[in-house]
Amino acid sequence: MITSFLAKALGRNIVITVAILLALAALVPALNLLTAPDHPLHVPTYIVSLFGKYLTYALLALALDLVWGFCGILSLGHAAFFALGGYAMGMYLMRQIGARGSYGNPLLPDFMVFLNWKELPWFWQGFDMFWFAALMAVLVPGLLAFVFGWFAFRSRVNGVYLSIITQAMTFALLLAFFRNDMGFGGNNGLTDFKDILGFNIQSNGTRSALFAASAIALALSLVVTSGIVRSKYGKILVGVRDAESRTRFLGYRVEHMKLFAFVVSAMMAGVAGALYVPQVGIINPGEFEPANSIEVVIWTAVGGRGTLIGPIVGAILVNGGKSVFTAAFPEFWLFALGGLFVLVTLFLPRGIVGTARQFFERRKEYRKAKAVEEARAFAAAEPQAAE
Amino acid sequence: MHTRLIHRFLQCLLVALCLMATDLRAADDLRSMVNALGGGSFQQNQKQIEALAKTGDPKIVPALEALAEGDLYLRKADGIVFIVRPAGANFRLIDALTGDDLGEEAKAGLEKVKVNNGLRRTIRGALGGLTLMSPDVNVRLQAAGTILRTPTADALDGLEIALAAETDGAVKAVLEKARAAAILVSDRPVEEKKAAVATVVQTGGRDSLSLLSGALASADESLRPDIEAGIRQIEDQLSLWAGAQNIWYGLSLGSVLLLAAIGLAITFGVMGIINMAHGEMVMLGAYTTFVVQAYIRAAWPGLFEWSLAIALPLAFLVTGAVGLVMERGIIRFLYGRPLETLLATWGVSLILQQAVRSIFGPTNQEVANPSWMSGAFELGGLTVTWNRMWIIVFSLAVFAFLLFLLKKTPMGLQMRAVTQNRRMASSMGIRTPWVDALTFALGSGIAGIAGVALSQIDNVSPNLGQGYIIDSFMVVVFGGVGNLWGTLVGAFTLGILNKVLEPYAGAVLGKILVLVLIILFIQKRPRGLFALKGRAVEA
Repeated sequence: MITSFLAKALGRNIVITVAILLALAALVPALNLLTAPDHPLHVPTYIVSLFGKYLTYALLALALDLVWGFCGILSLGHAAFFALGGYAMGMYLMRQIGARGSYGNPLLPDFMVFLNWKELPWFWQGFDMFWFAALMAVLVPGLLAFVFGWFAFRSRVNGVYLSIITQAMTFALLLAFFRNDMGFGGNNGLTDFKDILGFNIQSNGTRSALFAASAIALALSLVVTSGIVRSKYGKILVGVRDAESRTRFLGYRVEHMKLFAFVVSAMMAGVAGALYVPQVGIINPGEFEPANSIEVVIWTAVGGRGTLIGPIVGAILVNGGKSVFTAAFPEFWLFALGGLFVLVTLFLPRGIVGTARQFFERRKEYRKAKAVEEARAFAAAEPQAAE
Repeated sequence: MHTRLIHRFLQCLLVALCLMATDLRAADDLRSMVNALGGGSFQQNQKQIEALAKTGDPKIVPALEALAEGDLYLRKADGIVFIVRPAGANFRLIDALTGDDLGEEAKAGLEKVKVNNGLRRTIRGALGGLTLMSPDVNVRLQAAGTILRTPTADALDGLEIALAAETDGAVKAVLEKARAAAILVSDRPVEEKKAAVATVVQTGGRDSLSLLSGALASADESLRPDIEAGIRQIEDQLSLWAGAQNIWYGLSLGSVLLLAAIGLAITFGVMGIINMAHGEMVMLGAYTTFVVQAYIRAAWPGLFEWSLAIALPLAFLVTGAVGLVMERGIIRFLYGRPLETLLATWGVSLILQQAVRSIFGPTNQEVANPSWMSGAFELGGLTVTWNRMWIIVFSLAVFAFLLFLLKKTPMGLQMRAVTQNRRMASSMGIRTPWVDALTFALGSGIAGIAGVALSQIDNVSPNLGQGYIIDSFMVVVFGGVGNLWGTLVGAFTLGILNKVLEPYAGAVLGKILVLVLIILFIQKRPRGLFALKGRAVEA
């Protein structure tokens, strides 16, 4: 009863994916923590962390898919929102180090002592509390997206122009965060984290918990985006994507529609960043690289834009491939990635999931048509038999 | 009558005799004066050195130099002073005036003539005066320049003597300035100092500024307003030149941006293609230059001065061919889907980068400047390097060439027709696919040419193109698509804006400000400075 209701509200595939994600959130930590290291089902901690990282990438790709796949906004600056969320979490982790830093200053992080700063800058206040940092990880990217989107959509900057200025945005942030005076650790970023919420950040238990948190966050985001996409608002969003002017002439406030999707997407990216940082143990300005944002686009494109499962599949496949490739043939990874960009845009514009769905739908239609034809042939043959 | 004549003759004889006697006495005097240095106290020696300097005889220069270095020694036996050079356990003696080698002497028999900083300063002043009298014009010019940079009151007498004797115009001008500078630090009367301030202000420059501000501290009340006005005048002058220098840097950056963006303006403007591999075309052009230079060095070293001229057409052909292959192989399947084109060309850019890295290695390659591209010249208060200068000229030449191509040739006519209305152009019999392919090849080729120029001022590495891609997009978007003039104005505006902001905001913050300004500007004019009008806008 409940499952059929959920399937109706969210779609059958989404429910299945959410169920898988929740099962993983429970199963993987259990297999990591409860089984002995030589047990055949044991999951080593590095795998837990690796896949935890992939899940945050998947969340980022899902966020991008909401604006690109459903609203037609190709943002080449989504890594900026991701990195901002990451910096918010990094600041909390930095403050947790306390007096255990190399300079032993209870209030100031090491790099500030190194720069000979006397007191904590105002924007670092409050980051000793987890709830505040978590809130900022969502609010700061959301606010940036709101301001940026407000200006951009109001003056109808769209298409490639929007892509280029989102790229300029992340590039400007990259330059800004490289500056030592900004107060975010400059070139080195934030690192050397010790613990999160009182738990050692290196321990197996914390790593498993972070994996579970990433899986749950992804599942929740999937439910939210699916809710958005399947609602009446979602239908208008697709209308904006396919015929923006027409939607506007029908009386919808297109810029508001876009702005909402853009802000929600930026917030999801912020959450992904906040989960990413404790799992990799560092955040630096390199995360703002325009190339990173473009890579997110290829994850989404490979999986299939305009489908919600696609970006998740794409992010995990491409990053898994990257891990394997860079270990085995480091020389060839950029060839492979570049080739992927070209081949996917040329031959697989719907992505893996989109193409698979198309295939199944065609087969269904074909079967239906065949059944109808057979019935017709049967019906046509019947009178003859009667004679 | 006779008696008067004889009287006159005797008088002349007497004068001549007297003069001869003083000359003879002078050589004798010089030696005894130098010898006197051996026994004197610091105060006595100070007077002695001043007296020596007054003789104006260049013969004493080595002795004074040796004294300043601590190489002047007194022979205890006879009280004669020598210049010595160490020779094993002994000293080699050198005559203080003639420079003759006088054999060796045990160290024990010699005593060093003591010197302190006060003496050294006096010696420096004296030497400055003496070298001013040198027969060599260059030595005089150099000596005058040294005094001009570090003027002392001691040098003043020497300067005035030299000034009276000087015949060379250039040296005289420098001496005048040096004299004015020396007067400022001396205790001459105020009237003379006022004239000196005027001369110093005329000289201008940073040294004069520090000289005046130094003089201000100890200046007389009546002199103060003059000096202050002078300081203000020099400061205004300096900031004017600094502003001019910034604008020059801006023009230089603008020309680089123009070179990088102009090919993009063609592909983006005419075909609506976002070519993310554009930066890599620039990089390929730079590597072509590297290969050409390496080949020339090995095969015909004499042609090295021509290496850039040889690299230009080759770079155009290489990158143009790569562009043609890209267009025929990938981009033509993606027309009408600009976002997909963006992704595919980004993929190509990754492949090209990695290919270059695999072939040439990840490190910077050395591309040399031909002699006519290196060095700098002064233009008033500006320092202008030749390579920047030629790149500005070159970028304008490329711009003019493209303008000519677009406006005056049949190919340009077809390209413009396709830009304005693709379907109508096609109906008129223009083969739009061909125009597309050639346009893309042309844009890529121009990027390759830009790479040849940029190899002269930037590091040639596989990442070369990455640094330019965002900037060149900014230029095209700012200037407006489909209009070459827009690209020109956009490039130079952004270049100058960047460099003018830099002194106030710092390099990084300046760049961020420019990016933010562009983002805000696009809000106001989403189609750039020079927007296309008409139906093409909605396409």
